[in-house]
Amino acid sequence: MSGTRTIATTRSAMGIPTGRLAIWWVLVSEIVIFGGVLVSYVMHRLGHPEWAVEAAHTNMWAGAFNTLVLLTSSLSAVLGHQAAEQGNGPKAARCLYLTFLGGLTFLIVKSFEWTREIREGFTIQAGGFWSFYYTAAGLHAFHVMAGMTIMLWVASSARKNQDLHRVENVGIYWHFVDIVWIFLFPLLYIAK
Amino acid sequence: MSAHAEAHATQHSGGHATHHRNYVKIWAILTGLLMVSVLGPMVGIRLVTLIAAFGVALVKAYLVAKNFMHLDIEKPIVGWLLAVALILMVVLYAGVAPDVEKSKGQGWEKTAGYHYMSRQAQGEAKGAGEKAKHNEPGTSHP
Repeated sequence: MSGTRTIATTRSAMGIPTGRLAIWWVLVSEIVIFGGVLVSYVMHRLGHPEWAVEAAHTNMWAGAFNTLVLLTSSLSAVLGHQAAEQGNGPKAARCLYLTFLGGLTFLIVKSFEWTREIREGFTIQAGGFWSFYYTAAGLHAFHVMAGMTIMLWVASSARKNQDLHRVENVGIYWHFVDIVWIFLFPLLYIAK
Repeated sequence: MSAHAEAHATQHSGGHATHHRNYVKIWAILTGLLMVSVLGPMVGIRLVTLIAAFGVALVKAYLVAKNFMHLDIEKPIVGWLLAVALILMVVLYAGVAPDVEKSKGQGWEKTAGYHYMSRQAQGEAKGAGEKAKHNEPGTSHP
């Protein structure tokens, strides 16, 4: 990497390195995507009080455990960022690997949860509530998978002390995924 | 930190200082709030459930955005961008919610079959209704 640096590192717009500005732009579009789904769910939930009967079948403890897992993975992501700020690439990489493990745990719990629900007949076609449930949680799980993939890629270069600015960028994305789940948890698991 | 590492870090990160914050403490607060949102609904009071679930979610999201995403020290343009996206969410809700949540309006009315329920839910709702009927005072139980 000596001699050349990526534009995302050397160029800045609005006083922000372009790599980080790009992440914020991505998140703004993600707010519109998730916001659309969540707002649609809220208005339909208020219009369909009978959905409470369906919502009673979601496993609150699994949802709570997954919330704890994501909050903890956010902690390791921000500790990775802190290590990158101090120029400690190997430590930043280790933190990102831990974040990856958090994402993996989240997906495993989710897969057990969905298997049980589908076996009980609560498929995506079982009603309006379940359509929203699988769409919102599925879209979120897809973002977790995307974040995990990028995390491995960033960690592999951070381990060699290369492109450490990316540690913060992937961290910002991961925290956003965490925030989306913070709202999905009460909407899908607590409001019954 | 050595001068080289410091220069390296500043060059790579764009200058977000993270080492002043106690992230573990913030994580502990978030975990405590998670417990509140789980235990709150067990009280059985609707208002407490709503505050514990959604009020606490707002506080948790604020803490993550402020301390983990460093939104408080980010350039103002980012805040404006996020605000525009959030305002669009409110506009979407305000524009569509009346049609979704009301049962009738000017020149339209939702038919009886509008509120769809799965077979399982129909069975459970029916069972709950019968149970409530049996429990009514003055009702004789076989």
